[in-house]
Amino acid sequence: MDAFTSHTGTALPLRRSNVDTDQIIPAVYLKRVTKTGFEDGLFAAWRSDPNFVLNLPQYAGATILIAGPDFGTGSSREHAVWALQNHGFKVVIGSRFGDIFRSNSGKAGLLIAVVEQKIIEELWDFVEEHPAAPITVDLVGRQITAEGFQAEFEIDDYTRWRLLEGLDDIGLTLRHIDHIDAYERNRSAHKPRTLPAKVASID
Amino acid sequence: MGQTLSEKVWDDHVVRTAEGEPDLLFIDLHLVHEVTSPQAFDGLRQAGRPVRRPELTLATEDHNTPTLNIDLPIADPVSRTQVETLRKNAQEFGIRIHSLGDLDQGIVHIIGPQLGLTQPGLTVVCGDSHTSTHGAFGAIAFGIGTSEVEHVLATQTLPQARPKTMAVNVNGELPVGVTAKDIVLALIAKVGTGGGQGYIVEYRGSTIEALSMEGRMTICNMSIEWGAKAGMIAPDEITFAYLKGRPHAPEGADWAAAVTYWKTLHSDPDAVFDAEVDLDAGQLTPFVTWGTNPGQGVPLGAEVPDPEIFAEESDRTAAQKALEYMALKPGQKMRDISVDTVFLGSCTNGRIEDLRAAAGVIKGHHVADQVRMLVVPGSARVRLQAESEGLDVIFKEAGAEWRAAGCSMCLGMNPDQLAPGERAASTSNRNFEGRQGKGGRTHLVSPLVAAATAVTGTLSSPSDLIGSR
Repeated sequence: MDAFTSHTGTALPLRRSNVDTDQIIPAVYLKRVTKTGFEDGLFAAWRSDPNFVLNLPQYAGATILIAGPDFGTGSSREHAVWALQNHGFKVVIGSRFGDIFRSNSGKAGLLIAVVEQKIIEELWDFVEEHPAAPITVDLVGRQITAEGFQAEFEIDDYTRWRLLEGLDDIGLTLRHIDHIDAYERNRSAHKPRTLPAKVASID
Repeated sequence: MGQTLSEKVWDDHVVRTAEGEPDLLFIDLHLVHEVTSPQAFDGLRQAGRPVRRPELTLATEDHNTPTLNIDLPIADPVSRTQVETLRKNAQEFGIRIHSLGDLDQGIVHIIGPQLGLTQPGLTVVCGDSHTSTHGAFGAIAFGIGTSEVEHVLATQTLPQARPKTMAVNVNGELPVGVTAKDIVLALIAKVGTGGGQGYIVEYRGSTIEALSMEGRMTICNMSIEWGAKAGMIAPDEITFAYLKGRPHAPEGADWAAAVTYWKTLHSDPDAVFDAEVDLDAGQLTPFVTWGTNPGQGVPLGAEVPDPEIFAEESDRTAAQKALEYMALKPGQKMRDISVDTVFLGSCTNGRIEDLRAAAGVIKGHHVADQVRMLVVPGSARVRLQAESEGLDVIFKEAGAEWRAAGCSMCLGMNPDQLAPGERAASTSNRNFEGRQGKGGRTHLVSPLVAAATAVTGTLSSPSDLIGSR
């Protein structure tokens, strides 16, 4: 994963609450076996509307998504994160996120910046008025800045550290392989195993 | 101070803990399906890593699988590729797989319990948000993303921040015709879709204790729909009786040792939860959704609400958008809403008890002329069991379609989808826009309401059928 320290780009205001991962990318678009090419499914149901914000020319090339409350709820599909990244988004700013979506974003390198809904409202107004204005999201200082605008955002310390360092979770865990070995040695014998397979007889 | 159930199970699985870092948790059971795993196996291949514990891993095909002509190759080439990719990965990495056509194939959350692999006190994960289902056995079970699937495959562990604890106290006797599904829909309407965020929830109280394992699974299944990390229910004699004799349940001395351990898995009397919610089951009636998230629900006897009644502006806007999408008007009686399709199935309500309940309602009636009803058992075994009890005949005689097992119309990855504008009563878990097909409109209901609705053609409960047989 690439390290993330700071990103500057234009933003897209998505004035909707409860945008679940089925809205971010519907199930029919989840059939690829790669991590690329999911941008065609991003907000697919709304894309056919020419007035949908993603279709508006003033927001073309936006890399920061300003989302409403409860963004990314529902299904665990990491494809939702990939679709946003494949489209070009680097940061999602919002007030409340689905847990699994937020976790998936951290693993995949999409920055989730949490601010109060009041700040979201201000950002929506600001971006609608100045769609071409660059916005900087600085992970080092946890700051969102634009001309005449500044706000601090929240992110947990551990995710921030991993993103800043660009660390791979599996590599980090494998540093503690001795702990895993030790745990496994003391595990109860009655816990189930899937192999060898046992199946019920047919009545 | 005593511990809660979730704290006990969590502590039993901590491999490593360090200041400022999430706990590293051992994972006892990893369930895998075709949609959220291919990129994880690719990652292992690229890094040259094996699956650390294939014998704690189980794969099945459920999301893409057709429910008709399952002996033929999957018609959609992209779906077929995804399923074939899982088969190749399972073979390459030495993982047990139950493929389409196999007796133990089915929805991943139905087959884990059915095989006796889901047990109290385990940690269970799957690249699927409805993994919370397995919490009904007193396990910590939660959905994960594909990066985490790869992490579990490689290390059999997951770094996880310790969640807060919440008790949902459900007490009182359920009125006739009110089911586990109605409990959880009423709960979500009360607390909202974000109400459980950051919590492992324990469902407890006399109503929960009286539920069958199937009912408990229905409730835990929908924990994610109100944002909870996981939902759990303390194991008891009902749990043990369900497990006894299942293929992977402990046997002999192991059974005794397991039960001794399982009996310790309950919240201590002096345990303190970070939050508590109370629900009076005696006051519940059948519950149905009117909107496009599972929290937008009302009693079946109520009316479509006016968006203006919501205090928060975001809720008002969401309600307005939902009514527009659902083509409903404030004040319309829920019972007057007519449907085109009834879907009975899914990891929420596709177990044998659900099929029995629906068959009991529909027996001797006929599905309304303009309505199609799909009955999709949750697993191939549920299908066989239902057929051995003659339930398939009851459904077919009533004019319903009797299908093969899988996720089917719950999310419409296979051909079972709603057409644009089509309206469904569905026993599944999500009424999101387009979830069951682009432009499709979903009302979440219990199996009893689904069956009664199929007969009348409008949202109904079994009591509406009295005298009409």
